[in-house]
Amino acid sequence: MAYSNKVLDHYNNPRNVGALDKSAPDVGTGVVGAPECGDVMKLQIRVEGDRIVDAKFKTFGCGSAIASSSLATEWIKGKTLDEALGIKNTQIVEELSLPPVKIHCSVLAEDAIKSAVNDYKHKQGK
Amino acid sequence: MKLPIYLDYQATTPVDPRVLEAMLPYFSVHFGNAASRNHSFGWEAEAAVEKAREEVAELIGASPKEIVFTSGSTEAINLALKGAAEMYRDKGRHIITSQAEHKAVLDTCKHLERQGFEVTFLQPDRTGRVEVAAVEQALRPDTILVALMWANNEVGTLNPVREIGALCHARGVLFFTDATQAAGKIPVDVEADQVDLACLSAHKLYGPKGVGALYVRRRGPRVRLVAQMDGGGHERGMRSGTLNVPGIVGLGAACRLAREELAADAAHAAELRDHLERCILEGLDQVHLNGNRTHRLPNCLNLSFAYVEGESLLMGINDVAVSSGSACTSASLEPSHVLRAMAVGDELAHSSIRFGVGRFTTREEVDFAAERVIAAVRRLRELSPLYEMAKEGIDLKTVHWQGGH
Repeated sequence: MAYSNKVLDHYNNPRNVGALDKSAPDVGTGVVGAPECGDVMKLQIRVEGDRIVDAKFKTFGCGSAIASSSLATEWIKGKTLDEALGIKNTQIVEELSLPPVKIHCSVLAEDAIKSAVNDYKHKQGK
Repeated sequence: MKLPIYLDYQATTPVDPRVLEAMLPYFSVHFGNAASRNHSFGWEAEAAVEKAREEVAELIGASPKEIVFTSGSTEAINLALKGAAEMYRDKGRHIITSQAEHKAVLDTCKHLERQGFEVTFLQPDRTGRVEVAAVEQALRPDTILVALMWANNEVGTLNPVREIGALCHARGVLFFTDATQAAGKIPVDVEADQVDLACLSAHKLYGPKGVGALYVRRRGPRVRLVAQMDGGGHERGMRSGTLNVPGIVGLGAACRLAREELAADAAHAAELRDHLERCILEGLDQVHLNGNRTHRLPNCLNLSFAYVEGESLLMGINDVAVSSGSACTSASLEPSHVLRAMAVGDELAHSSIRFGVGRFTTREEVDFAAERVIAAVRRLRELSPLYEMAKEGIDLKTVHWQGGH
């Protein structure tokens, strides 16, 4: 399978790899996917006020899954929570030129953003 | 050392230059149709085909009259299974095979199920091996055929062919074995092993693609098949179609070389395979061998790298050509059916890589591949949330996963 240059770039130079303190009140953590499905994404955000000031990820999955989550962290940094929730998987598909069999990777990345935001909101009692 | 490095010898092999040289005259100089009986062009072609038939027969301990040329193993499997099932359907309708077989066998068996046959798909053990006791238990009075591979193409595990052959002969049941990965790699003897039908493919043993052979036993018992290809009645009526003379010459030359160099090839492959395994296991923890350490092909190594997904690993070692059992490398998004049948667990199936070494592999290439694999796995583990969780002491089996696909 041939990968787009953008997928290769994110795979070779993933942005924002790492972890934030998941117990911190200003950090939201989303873990989606399952090992037996071959995809697990962990996406974390640090929020100040209503704005995402930092984002980190770790992904177990194929190159497209790594690229989707790397791109997601890049996109959500600096956005408000509502703006981040507005990101659609189809935008990721388009940006990375994902083929049909890899669309589930973009869906997972969208789910990871939502899950991290919900975790943060839950912690804040919102 | 030239990049990329080819370590996928179970998928296919390069044509040996000596094989190519033997083939070339049969494209343009000796181009005759082997079925042309009334001129020298035809006689030359026929003589070359018959010489090749002898070479194929000798590699597997058969007689030349027992060799039917086909387009490869898939066709040979279709002919053997459908041809025998149709021929012996009045004797019984039950067939035994295993879940770890190649798709050519599995899908042919599913086709036969739709034709009214009953098929038992045995589950192999965790190493991919089907023990003779399991076959014995599955045998029924109406069993007509047992189809079990000699060596598995994904993990290299060898089945106890000799014991299964003896059992089948004692019970009067035909025994087909897919010898595609075994022929030329390990000694194959259809007499000693009591095999009735066996297939092989030229491109797995340094011959050309598009040609293979089916062995059909002629004595004790005489096996009869219903032809699956109608036409001019070539190959004793079992496979019509003008013979692929250059391909068959190539298959014959490849079989001769495989026979003459079998011991040296096997020793070379085993040494490099073991070296590769040692290097990787020394460089990384949490690596699992898929397959059978005792009963396995000398040239195959299938490893699962825990916490790392197979396709992403392939991307990280793109100068090394290998295969993965990961779902993401297949269109179906299902992980390898062989690893599933072996119950290694889907997460390890997603993390599996098959390495195949061969006649032209060098130690330098193996060293390079091991280095690249170790570096890529380390990098991807730093990227892996599973590795992080495992390091924190979380048992991944107890985690409630959400949103899996």
